[in-house]
Amino acid sequence: MTQPSERTASKGRLGLSRAADAVVRRAIAVCGLIAVVVLAAIFGFLLVNAIKAIREVGLWTMIAGTDWYPTTEPPVFGFLPSEVGSLWVTGVALLLAVPLGIAAAVYLSEFAKGRFKEIAKSIVEFMAAVPSVVLGLLGLAYVAPVISRTFNVDSGLTALTAGLVVGVMSLPTIISIAEDALYSVPKELRQGALALGNTDWQTTYKVVVPAASSGIFAASMLGLGRAIGETMVVLMLAGNSGLIPTSSLQAARTMTGTIAQEMGEVVRGGTHYSVLFAMGLVLFAITFAVNLAADVVLERQRKKWRR
Amino acid sequence: MSAPAPAMRSSRIKRARAIEAIAKLLTGACLFLTIAATVAIIGVIVFRGAPSISWEFLTSMPKKQMTEGGIWPAIWGTLMLTLGTALFAGPIGIGAGIYLAEYAKSGPVTRMVRLSIANMAGVPSIVYGLFGLSLFVMVMKFGTSLLAGSLTLACLTLPVIIGSTEESFRQVPRDLRQASLALGATKLRTILKVVLPAAAPGIVTGSILGLSRAAGETAPIMLTAVAFFAPMPNSPFDQVMALPYHLYIMATQAVKPAPMIIWGTAFVLVGGVTVAGVLAAAWRSRQRSKLRW
Repeated sequence: MTQPSERTASKGRLGLSRAADAVVRRAIAVCGLIAVVVLAAIFGFLLVNAIKAIREVGLWTMIAGTDWYPTTEPPVFGFLPSEVGSLWVTGVALLLAVPLGIAAAVYLSEFAKGRFKEIAKSIVEFMAAVPSVVLGLLGLAYVAPVISRTFNVDSGLTALTAGLVVGVMSLPTIISIAEDALYSVPKELRQGALALGNTDWQTTYKVVVPAASSGIFAASMLGLGRAIGETMVVLMLAGNSGLIPTSSLQAARTMTGTIAQEMGEVVRGGTHYSVLFAMGLVLFAITFAVNLAADVVLERQRKKWRR
Repeated sequence: MSAPAPAMRSSRIKRARAIEAIAKLLTGACLFLTIAATVAIIGVIVFRGAPSISWEFLTSMPKKQMTEGGIWPAIWGTLMLTLGTALFAGPIGIGAGIYLAEYAKSGPVTRMVRLSIANMAGVPSIVYGLFGLSLFVMVMKFGTSLLAGSLTLACLTLPVIIGSTEESFRQVPRDLRQASLALGATKLRTILKVVLPAAAPGIVTGSILGLSRAAGETAPIMLTAVAFFAPMPNSPFDQVMALPYHLYIMATQAVKPAPMIIWGTAFVLVGGVTVAGVLAAAWRSRQRSKLRW
C-alpha cells in the first residue's frame, strides 16, 4: 500500500511528465514545419525583391529579351543569353551523365556483387562529396586545355567544357537514385523471369528496367535539377560571354553564373539587383517544377511496390 | 506450337549469352569510367596538393595578394561557418526528423512537409545565396557576416539532417519503444532515453556528411559571408575568409599565385571533407556493432 502523500507526488510527476510531453510535441511539430516555412520564405523573398524589376522592366521583357547589357545607359536586361547558355550546359551534362549513370546503376544493382559492390558504391558516394569549386579547378587545369586543342578553339572555356564537368558532377545523384529504384524491384519479378529461361541480361532489360523506369526517370530529373543549379563549375568554365551561344563550342553564361558573378558588383536595392532576383525566381521556378515532377514520380513508384 | 529444333535452340541460347556478355561489359565499362574519374580526381588533388602542405602553409596568413604565405584565415573561416551551420541546422533538423519519424500521421500535411523537404534539397545553392542575402544580410541587417553565412548554409543543410534523422529513427526496432512504453515511460521519455541514443550514430554521421558538403559550398557564402581578404573574425558579425571562395578567387584572378598554393588549398578542402566523412562513417559502424538487437 502506498501512502497518500506519495501517491500525489507520483501523480504530480506524471502530470509534469505529461505536460513536458505536450510542450515538446508542439515544439517538434513546429520544427517539422520548418521545411515548408523555408521553402515558402525563399519564394517570398525572391518575389518581393524581384517586384521592382518586374514593374520597371517587365517579366516577359526579361524572360524573352535577347540582349544582356546591364551596365549600359539605359541598361538592357534580357535573360535569353543566360537561359540558352544554361540549356547548352545542361544539355551537354545530361547527354553525358544520363546514359553513363543509368548504365553504371544497372551494373551496380544487377551484376556487381559483394565487396566490389560496396566499394564501388562508396567511391561513387565520395564523388558527391567533392566540392564543386574543386571540380571547377580541375576543369580549368585539365579539361579546358584538352577541349581547346581537340576542337581547335582559342579558349577552352566553352559551354561544352562546363557541361562535361557538370555532367560528372551530377553522375553520383543519377547513379544512386537509379540504383535505389532498380534495387527496390521485388525479387519475385526477377525470379519469375529467370525461371522462364531468361538470361540475367534479358531479365534486366525486359523486366527490371521497365519496372524501375519511373525511378530511373526521377533520377534523370534530379540530375537535371543539379545540372541547372550548379554555379561554380559554370562560373569557372563556361567563359561567361554575353551573347546567345549557338553551339556548344562557344563561350556561354548561365543563369546561376550571371547571378553569382554580378551580385557582388551591383548597387543593393537598385534595378540590376532586382533583375538578378527575378532571374533567381525563374531559376527557382524551373528547379521547383523539375524536383516536383521527380518527387511525384518517385512517390508513385514507392506506392506501387508497397503491397 | 512445336518446340524449336535443338540446333536452333542452342544457337539462340548462344546468342542470348553473347548479348549478355556484351551488355555486362558495356554497363561495367560505364561504372568503371565513373570510378576511374573519381579516382583520377582524388589522385590529381593528392598528387599536386600534398607536396605543398606544411605547418607554415596551414597556420600562416596569406601574403602579397594571396600569392604567397598560408591559408590559415580561410581554414578558420570555414571551420567557423561550419560550426555555425551545425548550431543552427542541428537542433531544428533533428527536431523535424523526429517529428516525421515519430509523430507525423500520414495525411496531406505530412505529404506537404515531405514534398517541401525533397524540394529544398533540389533548390540551387545560388538561390539559397539570394535568400540569405535578402533575409539575413539585408532585412535582419546582419551584413555580410559569419552569422548570415552560417544561417544560409544551415537552410541548405536542413534537408540532409532531417533525412538522416528520420531514417535513423526508423531503423530502431519497434520492440525497444514498446518495452519502454510498457514500463510506463511517456512517449517523450521513450524518444529521448531509448530511441535517440540508439539512433544517434546514424544522425551524427548523416549530419556530418551534410555539414561537410556545406563546408565546400561557394555560391551561397559568396553572397552572404565572405570577403576576398578579411582579418580574423572577432564576432559573428564580421566578414570571413573561407576555403572554397579563397580557392575560387585564386584560380580565376588575373594575378595567379603559385600553383602550389592553389592545389594545396584544394587538397586541404577535399582532405578536410573526406577525413570528416570517413571518421563519421567509422564511428557509426563502431557504434552500430556495439548496439545489437
